Amino acid sequence: MIEICNLSKKYKGAENLSVKELNLTVNNQEIFGLLGPNGAGKTTLIAMLSSLIQPTSGSFSINGLTFQQHKNKLKQTIGIVPQEYALYPTLTAYENLHYFGSMYGLHGEHLKSLIHTHLEHLGLAKFANKRINTFSGGMKRRVNLIASILHDPKVLFLDEPTVGVDVQSKNVIIEHLKELNNDGTTIIYTSHHLNEAEAFCHRVAIIDHGNIIVKGEPKALIASQEGAHNLEDVFLQLTGKALRDHA
Amino acid sequence: MRKLLASAYKEIVLLSRDLGGIAILFIMPLVLVVTITLIQDSSFRTIQDNKIEILLVDFDKGIVAKHISEGLTASNSFEIISIPSETEAKEAVRQGKYQLAIVIPEKLSEKLQQKVANNVESVLAQFSVEEEPIPISEEKIEKKEIKLYFDPATQIAFKNAVKNGIDKLISHIEIQTIYQAFQEQMEEEDTAIFETESFISYKEIVPTGGDEGKVPNSAQHNVPAWALFAIFFIIVPLSINIVKEKSQGTFVRLRTQPVNYATVLGGKTLVYVGVCAIQFTLLLLVGVFVFPSIGLPQLEVGGRLPLLYTVAIFSGLAAVGLGLLLGTVARTQEQSAPFGATLVVILAALGGVWVPVFVMPRFMQLLSNISPMNWGLNGFYDVFLRNATFTEILPEISLLLLFFIVTISISIVYNERKNAV
Repeated sequence: MIEICNLSKKYKGAENLSVKELNLTVNNQEIFGLLGPNGAGKTTLIAMLSSLIQPTSGSFSINGLTFQQHKNKLKQTIGIVPQEYALYPTLTAYENLHYFGSMYGLHGEHLKSLIHTHLEHLGLAKFANKRINTFSGGMKRRVNLIASILHDPKVLFLDEPTVGVDVQSKNVIIEHLKELNNDGTTIIYTSHHLNEAEAFCHRVAIIDHGNIIVKGEPKALIASQEGAHNLEDVFLQLTGKALRDHA
Repeated sequence: MRKLLASAYKEIVLLSRDLGGIAILFIMPLVLVVTITLIQDSSFRTIQDNKIEILLVDFDKGIVAKHISEGLTASNSFEIISIPSETEAKEAVRQGKYQLAIVIPEKLSEKLQQKVANNVESVLAQFSVEEEPIPISEEKIEKKEIKLYFDPATQIAFKNAVKNGIDKLISHIEIQTIYQAFQEQMEEEDTAIFETESFISYKEIVPTGGDEGKVPNSAQHNVPAWALFAIFFIIVPLSINIVKEKSQGTFVRLRTQPVNYATVLGGKTLVYVGVCAIQFTLLLLVGVFVFPSIGLPQLEVGGRLPLLYTVAIFSGLAAVGLGLLLGTVARTQEQSAPFGATLVVILAALGGVWVPVFVMPRFMQLLSNISPMNWGLNGFYDVFLRNATFTEILPEISLLLLFFIVTISISIVYNERKNAV
């Protein structure tokens, strides 16, 4: 279970908080979607939960572990699928996965077997020995996902895992994530694909300006907003139609 | 340990896929050492087919001009080209066609002999026992001047060497003329009463702590100096390697994994110190086997390999430490590459790779003490040229190790602070 308590983040030199005293509980084996416009604070929240940045105030725990007290154990418990590919372009898929698996303490035949199993599941077995710089965007996304789940994390953070991929790749990724969830993995997921989130997530939270505006099951949220037919309608009603460009 | 080895293996694979990088790491240092040694060797060595041509304008046509011409030719460094016009000689030198023109004035030999004869007569008159004093010529002999025209681009060291050489030749002629004049005055023309050979000679001895008969050659100076330069140039590809990892997101992934930055840097250190050792091996092989085949003196390494590799590996550690620090601090390749390259050149200059430290101004000499290249170079020279033992190179390798520890510690602390945003 993830328990977030009054979590805030203000970047150096920034005028406003990127995340404002956020409170949230995500249950075990839940697929939880963090939705929001650009600059809403989704990525900052995930970055804090995955120890990439430190909160300005507040606290959180994941399965009862905190970074202050159980840094390495917590890192072993979670998996992060970053928005960028985060792979070595001149290494093959297998070499990338072997290296990142080794960093989780996996090794030998067990690691090899895990790599081949995941590559097989995500339709990449025959490309295992091809270099990443020859892969399409969808293939890179799939390798990016495998690199984060080789160690069988109990909690998986995904920052826009299906951005820029074709429908087939997106489908394979989502199905694989559902399998992981069925096997017990809690998933925290950010996306701009609201239809995908509606179908995939057990619960979602819509974040804007660092605050959670609303959270709940997608169907309940749709029902609660007058005139809303889907999650996108809910989203636009709550966050407005103004452009959210930022630099 | 497994994570460290996995990191090192990943670096090896990454490096093996970068053919351009390998060429820069291994081929460029070889080209550099061969080029520099060829240039420096020809500057310092007397090579029969590479004599410096100098112009001689002889208005004297006497013994002095003959002696200078023969003396310079006998030195095997110069080829004398006689031309009749001083103006032409001056113009040819001004245009840089020749480094030097020597103009010997009219009647120099005659006037020298006359001057010496007068002096000798004067001396002998003081000792004369005859009632009739020896007549002394009272003719005033004006001083003569040999003109040396140097190419404006000629370096001071070359000028001084030539001036000293000619000065020595002139002194020799004057002494010979004095002896001859005494001989004539004493009416002993057939039997030599003076031994004109130099009484005092000198012998060059290089105290190396071993075989003192051997004089270090240019290979012994150049290979360690430029090997060190190549070893330190590793900071450029190494810093780029780290910056790339940051920009392609792999560092972000590593930060979310249960592995510390020291392990990541440790993997890079193992591989890049290995690269330094390979670079050094290639340079030694070139010095030993290739140099003789291209007319350069052979690099002599006999019996000193363990100490040489000790210095090379510790120098490699210092260079890798610096590269890791630069890569950690730099945000872009545009920052790390030019800064790294310039830093290496500055450290090389301070370290005595370009110009020996002892000829630097006092302040720069002090500054050179903080250049890791200076420690490395001293270590190499201690082993190569002074037959030093392990204990004698301990101060230098300790400084290099300390430099590595300091730079890598700063990298780790900086990385932690930077990421604590």
